[in-house]
Amino acid sequence: MRIFFDPEVLAAAWPGIRSGIGVTLGLALTSIAAGVALGLLLATVRALIRGAPLRPVGGLIAAYADVFRAMPPLVLLVVLYFAAPFAGIELSGFMAAFVALGLVLGASAEEIFWAGITSVNRGQWEAALSTGLSRGEAFRRVVLPQAVRLTIPPLTNRAIATGKNTALASVVAVPEVLNQAASIQAQTASPAPLLLAAGVYVALFLPLVRIGRWLETRFHIR
Amino acid sequence: MSEFFQTFLNPGVMAESSGLLLRGLWVTLQACLIVVPGGLFFGAGLALAQTLAPAWGARSLSWGVDLIRAFPPLVLLVLIVHGLPFLGIEPPPLLGVGIALTINTSTYYGEILRAGILSIEPTQWEAARSTGLGTMATLRHVILPQGVRNVLPDLAGNTLEAVKLTSLASVVALPDLLRMARVAQGVHFNPSPLILAALLYLALLWPLVRLIRRLGGRAVLPA
Repeated sequence: MRIFFDPEVLAAAWPGIRSGIGVTLGLALTSIAAGVALGLLLATVRALIRGAPLRPVGGLIAAYADVFRAMPPLVLLVVLYFAAPFAGIELSGFMAAFVALGLVLGASAEEIFWAGITSVNRGQWEAALSTGLSRGEAFRRVVLPQAVRLTIPPLTNRAIATGKNTALASVVAVPEVLNQAASIQAQTASPAPLLLAAGVYVALFLPLVRIGRWLETRFHIR
Repeated sequence: MSEFFQTFLNPGVMAESSGLLLRGLWVTLQACLIVVPGGLFFGAGLALAQTLAPAWGARSLSWGVDLIRAFPPLVLLVLIVHGLPFLGIEPPPLLGVGIALTINTSTYYGEILRAGILSIEPTQWEAARSTGLGTMATLRHVILPQGVRNVLPDLAGNTLEAVKLTSLASVVALPDLLRMARVAQGVHFNPSPLILAALLYLALLWPLVRLIRRLGGRAVLPA
């Protein structure tokens, strides 16, 4: 049992893993911010476009959401990191992970925002327009605030999933928590660094998973 | 444009690597055949245990479920595949991957099935019990058939997630579709196999996404 909690190995592993926590958090926060912003932007465009010439745009946005829901995030990451250089696009591991996680979250966020927007009663649109608000104003001041409330629990859950998916970045040599633990494990031939990393992930994500569960019962959208 | 095709969709390279990719696809399908039924089986067990246990038991189970969910699936996978050998247990790679991903996905199947059971009104229980059915018979003949139907879109949604999860197996050297595509890319020094693998994943999963939409499913799955 001692080999799993070897204090010497743990002490040697801690500085690397601690610096990994910063990278994990940085990657998580930037991709979550970018993914949510992208989803909101696309859902807004989809809600506001009208008229024949622009109609295909809505279909394109829906197709984007479908494709990135069907694509495993790791496959996307590997394509971005190992295939894109052949097209002259050289992304660092961090950038590739940021783009992959952002695109995947953007697709679910678009779907979540879109579901929220379409769940707002048509009467709300009509009432807002009849008071003289423009379509954009009606959307921003009347429809979106009501839609956003519905989106909070599912969006929280997808954001947590994105945070956990930062571990995939270890595959493209981003020195985040898992990558640090794996390289120290390779040097020391001991499972202790991996267990330490596992403990770090639990400390980071267990509170968030509990909050996600609480939001779901609180808003009662099962 | 033709240069683009020569680089990313090179017919010669794709033809030569198709054998490797098909072998990888078969390993991916085998992983799915372990993880999806296994996840459903243990998820159903979890949902039943949470339904039948006294309140404190259900509460501790929900903490256990959340503890497992706090692990990124890849961390759980690496921990089990690279950690178990230190305990003297060395499962074959496919089984190790199967165990890790089944543990992960069964917590989601479990929560979905539990939501299905909870979606059935208590009067259904009372009516069934009053006809003389026992607790288990009520669950089997009255509650589950209706409850499962209510959460069918979510079950399909989690199946999609479970299949996507199997791509992680490539990280622990299981020769699955993604791994084989990387190998073929290394051999030919050309990204076409990787693009082909991505298209195969899409071909495999796009119909499932469409089906989920038809069922009225949401992207909204718990984290």
